[in-house]
Amino acid sequence: MATRQTRALARTMMAPAVVLLLLWMIVPLGMTIYFSFQNYNLLNPAMQSFAGWFNYEFFVTDPAFVQSMVNTLLLVGGVLAITVIGGTLIALLLDQPMFGQGIVRILVISPFFVMPPVAALIWKNMLMHPGYGIFAHIARFFGISPIDWFAQVPLFAVILIVAWQWLPFATLILLTAMQSLSEEQLEASEMDGANAFNRFFYIILPHLARAITVVVLIQTIFLLAIFAEILVTTNGGPGYNSTNLTFLVYRTALLNYDIGGGSAGGVIAVILANIVAIFLMRAVGKNLDT
Amino acid sequence: MGSITLDHVNKAFGDVQVIPDISLDIKDGEFVVFVGPSGCGKSTLLRLIAGLEDTTGGTIKLDGADMTNAPPAKRGLAMVFQSYALYPHMSVRDNIAFPLKMANTPKDVIAQKVDYAARTLNLNDYLDRRPRALSGGQRQRVAIGRAIVREPKAFLFDEPLSNLDAALRVNMRLEITELHQQLKTTMIYVTHDQVEAMTMADRIVVLNAGKVEQFGTPLELYRKPANRFVAGFIGSPKMNFIDGQDAARYDAHSIGVRPEHFQLSRESGTFTGKVAVAEQLGADTFLHVNVERLGLITVRTGGDETFENGETVHLTPDPQRIYRFSADGTALSHGQA
Repeated sequence: MATRQTRALARTMMAPAVVLLLLWMIVPLGMTIYFSFQNYNLLNPAMQSFAGWFNYEFFVTDPAFVQSMVNTLLLVGGVLAITVIGGTLIALLLDQPMFGQGIVRILVISPFFVMPPVAALIWKNMLMHPGYGIFAHIARFFGISPIDWFAQVPLFAVILIVAWQWLPFATLILLTAMQSLSEEQLEASEMDGANAFNRFFYIILPHLARAITVVVLIQTIFLLAIFAEILVTTNGGPGYNSTNLTFLVYRTALLNYDIGGGSAGGVIAVILANIVAIFLMRAVGKNLDT
Repeated sequence: MGSITLDHVNKAFGDVQVIPDISLDIKDGEFVVFVGPSGCGKSTLLRLIAGLEDTTGGTIKLDGADMTNAPPAKRGLAMVFQSYALYPHMSVRDNIAFPLKMANTPKDVIAQKVDYAARTLNLNDYLDRRPRALSGGQRQRVAIGRAIVREPKAFLFDEPLSNLDAALRVNMRLEITELHQQLKTTMIYVTHDQVEAMTMADRIVVLNAGKVEQFGTPLELYRKPANRFVAGFIGSPKMNFIDGQDAARYDAHSIGVRPEHFQLSRESGTFTGKVAVAEQLGADTFLHVNVERLGLITVRTGGDETFENGETVHLTPDPQRIYRFSADGTALSHGQA
């Protein structure tokens, strides 16, 4: 379809954007890699020198490192599980004809419009506060002593908050996918004797496979970099209980002024993200074919 | 066994009355075709029988048992959809096996029945393919295969051939007719194509605006149409209708003459006109003749004679085959000049 001329033209026209994107990516990455091999501390910036692999050794042997890796994976996995399962169920509900459908859908989507620090603050002060939070009130109403969410189950609390924010995204994508399922297929399965349960597992769920893959891939990219919710609520604590890799990098680079160590952590985070991405593409990417 | 009885069935979507009142009696083993123009309610009627729509009133009986409010799965009917509605993520084998699996049939019985269906429909080579790797005709066969493994009381076909090209449609038409002779199960077939209706049906239901215009064998409909609508709908090319003083001569509000029931002459006849278009099909020639006062009249004649455009011809209707209609369109006794 494309002649040689139009292809050449297209390349010329795209070149500036591609070059800009490349610089946008390569300069920060290059500088991060450069700093990760330097002794460079903002408390003593004049003492900059080549460090070899020391920064990496330092970061990896940090007692917080293993825990933050585990926390990162738990956070990603937990939020994915809640949003995919919850999103599918909510999408199923929203797909039913009902009164005020448009308004209900907007209400369901609205958490996505709230920016992360604000959402986290609302959860922290209005819902999860052990003294005057709504959850505490409910607990007291039933005569149970309220949970101090950010002290007792900090990582779970963060997972809940992040899941609340991403649930609309998953719901929206899964709902549109569900609506693209042909009515005749459902009717055919009904004629074939499938009950509601079987219709869901044999017809609807396989139809959603591709949409679920998209949700998992996109969310993973964003969930690996969760930061604001942790900063606003637990500050990574207590101890390192809710510190993920991103937060550990922040702690090293900006609280300890160790740019070299932080950069090494950043590079490790990039590598981890790539490993996860490869693993995911292997596991679910085949759903995207054709 | 598969007799189907509709008793004063009606259906409304909100204020719109799609089917005002239909009563039908379909015998066991019959091949019945619902035919009518689009929007006449024929698909809705089929879906009412299938249980995919709820009736607003009336009763539907299968084998004498009231099934009006039974869910589709409990009615024991199988349906073939216009879009085939195959399950895209399952192989052909799993598609055909699906209804059996839902019925918790033992695995070896499933394998046996799928194998039988595949042999009946020539699908053996495609059992492990996905539906998207099949041609239209093959998909159609898979959909039929999925229907026959259930051994239903009756098959419901919803315009199953409308997505196929002309040649394949003729083939599948034959295959479905053969299948009916082989299985001897009741079949209800919905189409807007009167040729399909005429060739396949034991009896035809002609529907118009949700009403049954006539229910009879194909030849009954052709020879003794109950009214002007049926007369115009059955037969190709369409019947010619003549109103006004020319009809009054035959003591009717309007008369109808089929294109094949005109005698064509170059010398003299009842009507005189000029050939506007001559469509030569080889075996037949369809002449569209511009007759004064009457407008365009279609005439069917043998393919051997040739006519020039603009040539003057004379038409004489076969007096035995003039259909006479009253002002409201019902047929008067016909065949009298």
